[in-house]
Amino acid sequence: MLALFITVPFFSILLFNLPFLSFIRRAVVAWAYVLFCSQILLVLRLFSPNFLADFASRTHFFNFNIALDNLSLIVMLSSAIVLFITLIVASYMIESEKKRFNFVNLLLLIQAGINGLVLSRDMFALYIFLEIVAITSYILIVFDKDIKALSAAFKYVILSTVASVLMVASIGLLLLLCGDTKFSSIHALIGGQQPNLIVMSAVALFICAAFIKAGVVPFHGWLPDVYSHSPAAVSVLLAGIISKALGIYTLMRVVNDVFGMNPKVNSALLFIGTVSIAIGALAALVQKDFKKMLSFSSISQIGYIILGLGSGTALGFAGAAFHIFNHAMFKSLLFVNSAAIEKMSRTTHMENLGGLSKTMPVTGFTSVVGFLSAAGIPPLAGFWSKLLIVLALILTGHTVYAVLAIALSALTLAYLLSMQRMVFFGKLNERFTGIREAGFGFCFSAGLLAAVIIIVGILYPLVLSKFILPLAGVIR
Amino acid sequence: MNLNIAILIILMVAALWTTMTRSLLRAAIGLAFMSLALTLIMFRLNSGLAAVFELSVCAGLIPVLFVSTISLTHPLTKQEVMQHMKDRIRRFWYLPLIIVIAGIALSFITVTLNIKLPPKEAEESVRAVLWNGRPLYLVGQIIVLLAGAFGVVILFKESEEK
Repeated sequence: MLALFITVPFFSILLFNLPFLSFIRRAVVAWAYVLFCSQILLVLRLFSPNFLADFASRTHFFNFNIALDNLSLIVMLSSAIVLFITLIVASYMIESEKKRFNFVNLLLLIQAGINGLVLSRDMFALYIFLEIVAITSYILIVFDKDIKALSAAFKYVILSTVASVLMVASIGLLLLLCGDTKFSSIHALIGGQQPNLIVMSAVALFICAAFIKAGVVPFHGWLPDVYSHSPAAVSVLLAGIISKALGIYTLMRVVNDVFGMNPKVNSALLFIGTVSIAIGALAALVQKDFKKMLSFSSISQIGYIILGLGSGTALGFAGAAFHIFNHAMFKSLLFVNSAAIEKMSRTTHMENLGGLSKTMPVTGFTSVVGFLSAAGIPPLAGFWSKLLIVLALILTGHTVYAVLAIALSALTLAYLLSMQRMVFFGKLNERFTGIREAGFGFCFSAGLLAAVIIIVGILYPLVLSKFILPLAGVIR
Repeated sequence: MNLNIAILIILMVAALWTTMTRSLLRAAIGLAFMSLALTLIMFRLNSGLAAVFELSVCAGLIPVLFVSTISLTHPLTKQEVMQHMKDRIRRFWYLPLIIVIAGIALSFITVTLNIKLPPKEAEESVRAVLWNGRPLYLVGQIIVLLAGAFGVVILFKESEEK
């Protein structure tokens, strides 16, 4: 039955594009809402171990080598929520019915791609689904054919292709060594022997590729331009889930299931993670553009996820996975709000804005929730995932990294507070006295994401026991 | 001269032609030739099925997709092409130099790797390999092609209609 997560969006695309069934095209948006909501509900249900075992054991027409665990479920849940929010924002931003139809098809491709990526237990299948998401992302970035977006997408294509080449080279080396690309086969062979040149090269190539896809420092060159110049709805999707799924999830899955936790790899991850947090936060601090600041903030937040993974413990791994979910929520929320502001004021330059919470109270309030969660302020969701990561670092004796993570969190608070002051507080710019909220869809999306952040934060003990701690079982 | 070396030289020349030619159309044809050389290498490595796919998809379908996409774009004028060439040479003159130096440096390094190529697998039918052994690859590849087709429609067909 797990194959349905891939086959349903795939066959939906085929069905909606059949020439003699053009009359059903108008239903594509409604169908996409149904699919995304169904995935959210089904994934929430699948967190129950008995239901998961029953669901996974049912046979399906397609005999895929796929499996599901709590890490996959967290990414699938995050992706379904972000896709749902992206669709709402896109419905407001894209006026042409034909363009909306194409956009929804691309979202369904992303859904099939991410689901395939998180369900795959084979290196080559993982690579194929990674490419599906990457190719669809290029198209989404240039969807409006804006010249700046084209330039950003070109940068993304070039760097992403380099990452793909590195990844294929890594898979090739592993195939040469093991004669198979299944996770279990490679893990069994690598685990039973001393690391040699081929294995070390394969690990290094794969980690570099994942870093490029995730936009981690020093491979972050493409990320700020792509996030800030993409169409507003696409920025929500890219910042919310794409780079996390392509880079971070892939890294976590392969390091855990294939290469295994290794002190040398962990040290490298800790260092790169900390550098990423620091450089991302410092760069965000000096930005004047709302979207660009959020882009650098993403680089910084990805650093926390890498730091959790680098701790090499089940607690750190769980914290990293939890931060993927939290980052998807608060970063999508902040990008939805930036889309609302961009739609109403036609600018994202923070110095031109100010006092918008008077005319856009929902956007202003939800932004406060988003930035407080990003900065790790209790009792919001972002605080708990950062706490797990810091605890994991302290428990493994990496106190310096733990102190740096906490200190750099203050920088996050500083730049997000500065953003809030420049955009929402203070005197309202006379140019914007007449503007109102961007529409029900924007308020609903922002309200929904803010509610998730608050509820997850308040119900943390329940979330921890039901969703996060079972992640320890994923660790090899 | 060893046949393998000859095929590798053809592959390299085709790759250089693809990346250096001024015309997008010629680059697409160069890519097809590159895939053709790769097909020969695969046949010689006893990977018959992979070779057939390389020949049909990479040397056949992909260049056709490229050529149809190129036909939807507006070609540059000769002056613009020349200007692009000059800019490219001015910006990247050092790249061939780096490759040559890296090649010479690598030729001094002797690495002994105990790699044994897997034995030739028992002949299986295409259906058995694709449908029973690798159905996820198959579905994944179809979705990749679908994504590519959407890219062409959205980026080029819509512009053409305008």
